[in-house]
Amino acid sequence: MITKEDVQHIARLARIELTPEEEERFGHEISAILKFVEQLNQVDTTGIEPMTGGTHLEQIVRPDEQIDTSIEHRSGALIESAAETKDRWVSVKSVFE
Amino acid sequence: MQLNQLTITEAAKGLRSREFSSEELTRACLAAIRERDKDIHAFLKISDRATDAAKEADKLFKNDPDTAPPLTGIPLVIKDNILIEGEYCTAASRMLENYIASYDATVIRKLKNQHAVLLGKTNMDDSAMGSSTESSYFGPTKNPHDLRRVPGGSSGGSGAAVAADMCIAGLGSDTGGSIRQPASFCGIVGMKPTYGAVSRHGLIAMASSLDQIGPLTKTVADAEILFDAIRGQDGFDATVAPEDSFSDEPMPEKIRIGVPKEYFSDGLDPDVKDTITKLLAACEWAGAQLHEISLPHSSYALPGYYIIVPSEVSANLARLDGIRYGYHESKSMTLFDVYAQSRAAGFGPEIKRRIMLGTYALSAGYYDAYYTKAQQVRRLISDDFSDAFAKVDILIGPTTPTPAFLCGEKTNDPLKMYLADIYTVAINLAGLPGMSIPAGFVMRDGIKLPVGLQIIAPRFHEKQLFAIGKIIETLP
Repeated sequence: MITKEDVQHIARLARIELTPEEEERFGHEISAILKFVEQLNQVDTTGIEPMTGGTHLEQIVRPDEQIDTSIEHRSGALIESAAETKDRWVSVKSVFE
Repeated sequence: MQLNQLTITEAAKGLRSREFSSEELTRACLAAIRERDKDIHAFLKISDRATDAAKEADKLFKNDPDTAPPLTGIPLVIKDNILIEGEYCTAASRMLENYIASYDATVIRKLKNQHAVLLGKTNMDDSAMGSSTESSYFGPTKNPHDLRRVPGGSSGGSGAAVAADMCIAGLGSDTGGSIRQPASFCGIVGMKPTYGAVSRHGLIAMASSLDQIGPLTKTVADAEILFDAIRGQDGFDATVAPEDSFSDEPMPEKIRIGVPKEYFSDGLDPDVKDTITKLLAACEWAGAQLHEISLPHSSYALPGYYIIVPSEVSANLARLDGIRYGYHESKSMTLFDVYAQSRAAGFGPEIKRRIMLGTYALSAGYYDAYYTKAQQVRRLISDDFSDAFAKVDILIGPTTPTPAFLCGEKTNDPLKMYLADIYTVAINLAGLPGMSIPAGFVMRDGIKLPVGLQIIAPRFHEKQLFAIGKIIETLP
């Protein structure tokens, strides 16, 4: 079902570094879960509209106005949450190698 | 009776008649926490502002007792995936171990506006993914009825805190059973509102088409008080429906109870089945009509859930990148490594499993086979309930297939753990309100373990759900 190469590929897409033991274990576990969900194929879903969310509401809009003033002046707290900062900026490693 | 054992209804009455103060009530809860929580471990953090909040509430009762809102001075606990400004909010995950909330969740604002006393933050499964509270990064919570057993999950801390009278009531969140299943295992009331009844602004999102916040309480009346306090529209969560969505229909004289036959089949523990069947007979004796009904796609709810949830999880948890907040691996050399190594260290095994499964299900070439298929099946599951509610007013069945299981019993097999939610996930997929209420006890190793009965109502029929719950609660 899921090969070791598949697991490595998914982990790279998901940005999660795995140990060789984890690659082995997740390969088995994800295969078992995929086998379990395969029973969905027993259901005839021809012409069934996918249910894409939990609500029947559509097109919920509101004026683009500030509705909460209590969040003002809190940008400092947001920057402080970041692990690496420089002055008033969040600092990251270089994007291009 | 000690003050910490009171219900919201009783405590609110005592506070108003000045029989006791909120400070005394809060101190009684804090004393119970000191005495019991070293064994149970329901709490991740006790608030140091609780007694001050209680004193504030007492002032309110002194100055203007008649206008005090229903939750004034009532000590409540909050699951640690709901943000309280200035306090740690960890989701019991290493990823958010040092995260301090920069704002209040909408439900917290509403509770603060009522001058409720927020006692502390409760334990849960890591990032709300689990059914036993064993996967918490900070160690498991134990079931107050039997410390060798799990309290259920993921809202196991709130469930255990309410059951052990370490608070008056609490909030949890429910994506596939995470309020109702711990309520069932702990012998209390746990209610998941209709999708779109309560704002999730400030709830650490898991699967956004399913997540709801709801009450864990000692009685159905209390669940209604807490639900009324937290519900309502919010500019921060566009899925919350307008007030007129809620049904106002009175309950019919002769209540028609639908009993889904699929919820009483093979996997159900015989003692649990017996307990539920007896209570259904009591409902019939009290004047309700019982109708056996069928929800033909029931067995596909769990497999559908385990495609939809991991898919949403993989997208939702992409925000945890180790840069803006959360666990950060500082030794990484490149940006890619910061992401991959921070996430490797910050996420627990179940989170990694779900993110990878979701990434796979959503990836090119597999999307239709898994994700679209699961959403089509979700529609059929939802239609099953609509068909049922054309014939009956309410559905009743067991909340869980077994009573609380032993610690460690299911930790090595994810699929076995998933089965603990077999009767609850379909309700989330269909967006319906559901409530677990205590149905009785079964004996295991000479210890009485609680069994929960699940009541399921049509969308936005909360009023009717509570009305029926209050009747069933009083049946012998």
